[in-house]
Amino acid sequence: MSDVPDAVIVGAGVVGAACAYYASRAGLTVTVVDRGSVAAGTTGAGEGNLLVSDKEAGPELDLALLSTRLWRELAETLPPEIEYERKGGLVVAPDGAALTALRDFARGQAAAGVETHEIPADRLGDLEPHLAPGLAGGFLYPQDAQVQPAMAAAQLLRAARADVRLGQEVTGVLTDRRGAVRGVRTPRGDLHAPAVVNATGTWGAALAELAGVKLPVRPRRGFVLVTEPLPPGLVRHKVYAADYIADVASGSADLQSSAVVEGTPAGTVLIGATRERVGFDRTLSTEALRRLAAQATALFPVLSGVRAIRAYHGFRPYLPDHLPAIGADPRVPGLYHACGHEGAGIGLAPATGLLVAAALRGERPPLDTGPLRPDRFDDTEGDAW
Amino acid sequence: MRSRTPRATPAPFTFTFDGRRVTALPGQSVAAALWCAGILAWRTTRHGGAPRGAFCAIGTCFDCLATVNGRPNRRACLLPARPGDTVTTQQGTGHDR
Amino acid sequence: MTADLAVVGAGPAGLAAAATAARLGLRVTLLDAAERPGGQIHRHPAGGPVPRAARRLTRRLPYAPGGRAGTSAPGRAGAPRASAASRDRDRVTYLPGHHVWTVARDGDTWLLHAVAGVDEEPAVVRARAVLLATGAHERQLPFPGWTLPGVVGAGGAQAMLKGGLALPGRRVVVAGSGPLLLAVATTLAAAGARVPALVEAADYTAYARHAAALARNPAKLVQGALHGGALLGRGTRLLTRHAVTAAHGTARVEAVTVTGLDADWRPVPGTGRRIPCDALAVGHGLVPQLELATGLGCATRRTPDGTPALEVDAGQRTSVPGVWAAGETCGVGGAELAETEGEIAALSVTGRTSAALARRRARLRAFADAMAAAHRPGPGWTDWLDGTTEVCRCEEVTAATIREAVDGLGARDARSVKLLTRAGMGWCQGRVCGPAVARLAGHDPAPDRRPLSCPVPLSQLAQPPGAER
Repeated sequence: MSDVPDAVIVGAGVVGAACAYYASRAGLTVTVVDRGSVAAGTTGAGEGNLLVSDKEAGPELDLALLSTRLWRELAETLPPEIEYERKGGLVVAPDGAALTALRDFARGQAAAGVETHEIPADRLGDLEPHLAPGLAGGFLYPQDAQVQPAMAAAQLLRAARADVRLGQEVTGVLTDRRGAVRGVRTPRGDLHAPAVVNATGTWGAALAELAGVKLPVRPRRGFVLVTEPLPPGLVRHKVYAADYIADVASGSADLQSSAVVEGTPAGTVLIGATRERVGFDRTLSTEALRRLAAQATALFPVLSGVRAIRAYHGFRPYLPDHLPAIGADPRVPGLYHACGHEGAGIGLAPATGLLVAAALRGERPPLDTGPLRPDRFDDTEGDAW
Repeated sequence: MRSRTPRATPAPFTFTFDGRRVTALPGQSVAAALWCAGILAWRTTRHGGAPRGAFCAIGTCFDCLATVNGRPNRRACLLPARPGDTVTTQQGTGHDR
Repeated sequence: MTADLAVVGAGPAGLAAAATAARLGLRVTLLDAAERPGGQIHRHPAGGPVPRAARRLTRRLPYAPGGRAGTSAPGRAGAPRASAASRDRDRVTYLPGHHVWTVARDGDTWLLHAVAGVDEEPAVVRARAVLLATGAHERQLPFPGWTLPGVVGAGGAQAMLKGGLALPGRRVVVAGSGPLLLAVATTLAAAGARVPALVEAADYTAYARHAAALARNPAKLVQGALHGGALLGRGTRLLTRHAVTAAHGTARVEAVTVTGLDADWRPVPGTGRRIPCDALAVGHGLVPQLELATGLGCATRRTPDGTPALEVDAGQRTSVPGVWAAGETCGVGGAELAETEGEIAALSVTGRTSAALARRRARLRAFADAMAAAHRPGPGWTDWLDGTTEVCRCEEVTAATIREAVDGLGARDARSVKLLTRAGMGWCQGRVCGPAVARLAGHDPAPDRRPLSCPVPLSQLAQPPGAER
């Protein structure tokens, strides 16, 4: 192709696709390049969670709230195959102490604009008829939603009308004499552009390194269990126990688990996910599966006799402070980042795309991107975090 | 191993399929007994409602899922038939009511 | 108790390995998903005798006379006197009806987790070494009408006949590709079915290119000729370079359309003809069952028919220390090769080698490779699909949907097709549609990755590590 696009986006996961979509909507031409297929990395291993419920007030919640609005718009535009469903999240507390903590947490969220409703113990059954008895209570988060992540990425990419190059691995970032980005190198030739967007998710550190900068994205492994197909309505919301929130926020390398249980339009129930920092280890952890199964059957005893037909894992792109890196990299002119969303990439993709599009156009972003600056780890040394 | 013992003709027994009596031999799978009774389908698919029965017959394809004694999604090609079993055509997920 | 060796699969490879290892003094635990030993090839009815060819192998199993399964107590009473065989038997714990769903490393040993028996009970076996002999299943290439009742796997029809004394119909067309079809047609005919046609997509003249490998394996050729002879006397038409390109019927199959193929297996227009039948037994060779091995990270290779199989060294070691493999998992090659590899593997576990066995393996492997090359599906078979053909039987995903994912949505392999269409996401986890979906995405299939090799009840997954067998 002779025409030089305004930007090359590296990564055809949901974040890269959303960047392409919003850039294209802003009038920019983009080329998307990926070493594999659409959604072949962490997007394809995701559950499609669009959650506000698990985020405390702060920059990530602001991103999530913006995304919530954008996903709602996208659901009107994109085909129904993306399976967008505003099913709501139900966070349950096993005992009084957990309920008190959850109440405090929800109060902070409500102040930041999250819709929350406390559900007394005796009303939980109205929302989830198969929920275990004996829970102390819970909170309903009507804004929590779900999409089919791979399909959402593919449809965003298609709607972006981008030039998509799949099966091409980026092996270098091209810079000019002054150090500014001018494209990427692939085995099939150079792709020239004045801007390069790093949307490579868990592999974001490697691409940053190709551009000569440090971005400490690490993998945090998660397992998901998938049941046999079940009748619709067996599990109606995204249901999880309150300790999930502590796990998400934790930086511990140890195995953590608190099952989020949810039904899908296909009938299977998804149970996920664990969190563990073990590098890119692909071997099955029976302990991870044991905990997921134990927690899911504790929440929904009806699942005990149900069989898991599949287990899979993904590697969340984890940054030390649990926030993604979004926007221009001040260290290399023309380099932009959109990675490090940990387990929230599907949910945060549209807001990320919108912010990146604004940055590419040099416009003011719709929210404060200060805490998301890609160079914020420059002072961090070694493996302390 | 030698088969020293004289081979006794195994005694057939019966189970029911959708209320109909089906004869089986000891150790015969539910699927084999159904085939012997001329029955080739005992499940309908979740989306198209199409009839299905044994296909791979070695436990790989899961097409032969049946509800046996109230438990859905049993592989009829692997499951040995037992006297008095109640086998029913499985609709959809097998968990639907 | 920790076994010296856990063998997964009681087909020819697993049985040979277990028997050899026991003879060499190892304590062996043999786990098998089936109720009775012998694997798919030596299937036999409950209560009936173990097939002659498998008796040498099962002699050393703790297994009651008369072929009854399930008596697996080691050192059972009633052994007349301590013969070598009975001593070996005492070293083998045979666990039929145990479907291993994963093998996990635990320090210096391995834990094999299984779903056991009719009631899906949990079972765990601990062992110092593992030998995977999980065999193969049939490769299927979809065609319009293949989901009709009465269309069954060729190997499946044989399994149902051998193990369950059951036929899917009276007039059975046998179709697909590979040496198994001759055996299936012969077995069906011998049981009283009419086989109006044996439809082979490859051309047996392709064997000529591998004449050397064939000539070194006279026993196999004789076997083939016998199959052919038995069929000719019964009025079976042998149609090579043909395929069943459609099955017709409403509640069940009533006829098939058989069409001539070009060298790439593309149907030749105008050559279709209809053959009435009440069943179709169809299969296109075998695919190694690899998920336990790939779950452990074992390296794979691509066999001459495009299928992934395990990479093993001269001693049948996989790339993962402590894990051996034998039989069809290392590349489809038949019972004799599987037995040979099982013996070699057991010797290798105890640090021994056998030059004679190695020579036999090389000869049989060359023959298997020749067969695989001759019956490798040509890429043109996808032309016989129509848009409405359900490629994924579990999730009812059509060829048109898959093609749309490939052409319009950026799917480039079976995994991304699965993510975008659900093809391969159902109960069978892509075991049946996997090779076809990979071809529709333009590739040979990648090695299977299925962390759970069979469905496991959540109540079982949820249990804390418990008693081991």
